[in-house]
Amino acid sequence: MSSRPEFQAPPEIFYNETEARKYTSSSRIVEIQSKLSERALELLDLPNDGVPRLLLDIGCGSGLSGETLSENGQQWIGLDISDSMLDVALEREVEGDLLLSDMGQGLGFRDGVIDGAISISAVQEFDLFSVFDKQWLCNADKSSHVPRLRLKAFFGSLYRCLARGAKAVFQMYPESVAQRELILGYAMRAGFSGGVVVDYPHSTKARKEYLFLTCGPPSMSLALPKAVVEDGESCSEDENGSDGDNQTVNSRSVMLKNISFCLYYRTHQLYQIRCLGQCISYISLWILNKLLVRISDRQRPSKRQKTTKKGKGKGWILKKKEQMRKKGNAVPNDTKYTGRKRKTHF
Amino acid sequence: MLSCNIKNITTRFPLLLQVDKSTTKPVDFNPDFIKNVFPKLEYKALLDASRSMGYTELPEEADASMLDNEDFLKKLHHALLELHLEEGALICPETGRKFPVNKGVPNMLLNEDEV
Repeated sequence: MSSRPEFQAPPEIFYNETEARKYTSSSRIVEIQSKLSERALELLDLPNDGVPRLLLDIGCGSGLSGETLSENGQQWIGLDISDSMLDVALEREVEGDLLLSDMGQGLGFRDGVIDGAISISAVQEFDLFSVFDKQWLCNADKSSHVPRLRLKAFFGSLYRCLARGAKAVFQMYPESVAQRELILGYAMRAGFSGGVVVDYPHSTKARKEYLFLTCGPPSMSLALPKAVVEDGESCSEDENGSDGDNQTVNSRSVMLKNISFCLYYRTHQLYQIRCLGQCISYISLWILNKLLVRISDRQRPSKRQKTTKKGKGKGWILKKKEQMRKKGNAVPNDTKYTGRKRKTHF
Repeated sequence: MLSCNIKNITTRFPLLLQVDKSTTKPVDFNPDFIKNVFPKLEYKALLDASRSMGYTELPEEADASMLDNEDFLKKLHHALLELHLEEGALICPETGRKFPVNKGVPNMLLNEDEV
């Protein structure tokens, strides 16, 4: 992602009038937001009886996600901290009620009035510690914005105002695993149960994370909704180890997915990964490997280096094709002609 | 439904209305939604609020048995969904802090020391 908005300024300043208009008039953004909102609504799993429910759209911005809610026949109340974004929403005559408020100061609703909550690309716009340094929930620009208190206030008030059995779905772009764990931690502390649903975990572009929270005792916590993966498998991470035998299977597959994700995408940074021993040794070996190659190159006479491998063989080609398939790209099938030796003049 | 978020006060709800300008926007009538929302309402607060907006049709008392009465539902619907406060303020009952309302959007941002 090119520079994230949360690096530049706090949301009420970044989303001024021009930015707000740019954001809403970009058709690509409109399309992405409406897809995300549809998916979030799906995850929310409201009963399909035609009765509109009162939902909360946190960080509603210019009402892009709210429109999807109205289209599905729900009543909603939107909150946002940027008044320019809300002005655009008013211009677009959205059907929900709008509030100008800061989610880190707590939601001012009475207990148990809300039937569900969604938030699209907004939880990152929150403020937090410069220790983590990214994602808006996470930048203490104003020194009194002690981020932990904000997170606590937000989740605490959300838990109170949600009705029993209501759910909350937040689509977000966490900057790091640590940050996501932090947000999850505060949600749990407030009394929520749930976890993170990841769609398309193997693809760096299509990958989307949804924080899924339910209000209710953990014993009746349902399994997380199935995430979408290209080849039809389901994938979800559990927050509490509520289900004993499920957890080992889940955590191993999660771990492997985490490793592949980290290696593909951020190869130079060491992350806090669940199974520290295995992963760190794997990663450090890989890094050492890189270093060793460089050192031995330096010791050789300074001639132009040719690749030591004699070309890239069939095995390499097959491996690459497999990688691309996992990412979800269209790859031709492997036949007997794949990587066949061809005549030199070819 | 909104309550005041300032810390250390006890009477957070309901917020009083100061109406400078109000409008009525027509909204589709959905009786199921009204029935659903009714138990969550603090009826007296709704009554006071609608009175201050100038809508006096709601009866003094209300209970679940009245929900079958379509007339009552229609009045509720009007008060809840169709009346809008365009300009004015919401006032916290205890501290008297005013939350101004502009173009229908209340500004609930708190100052640093009130959180």
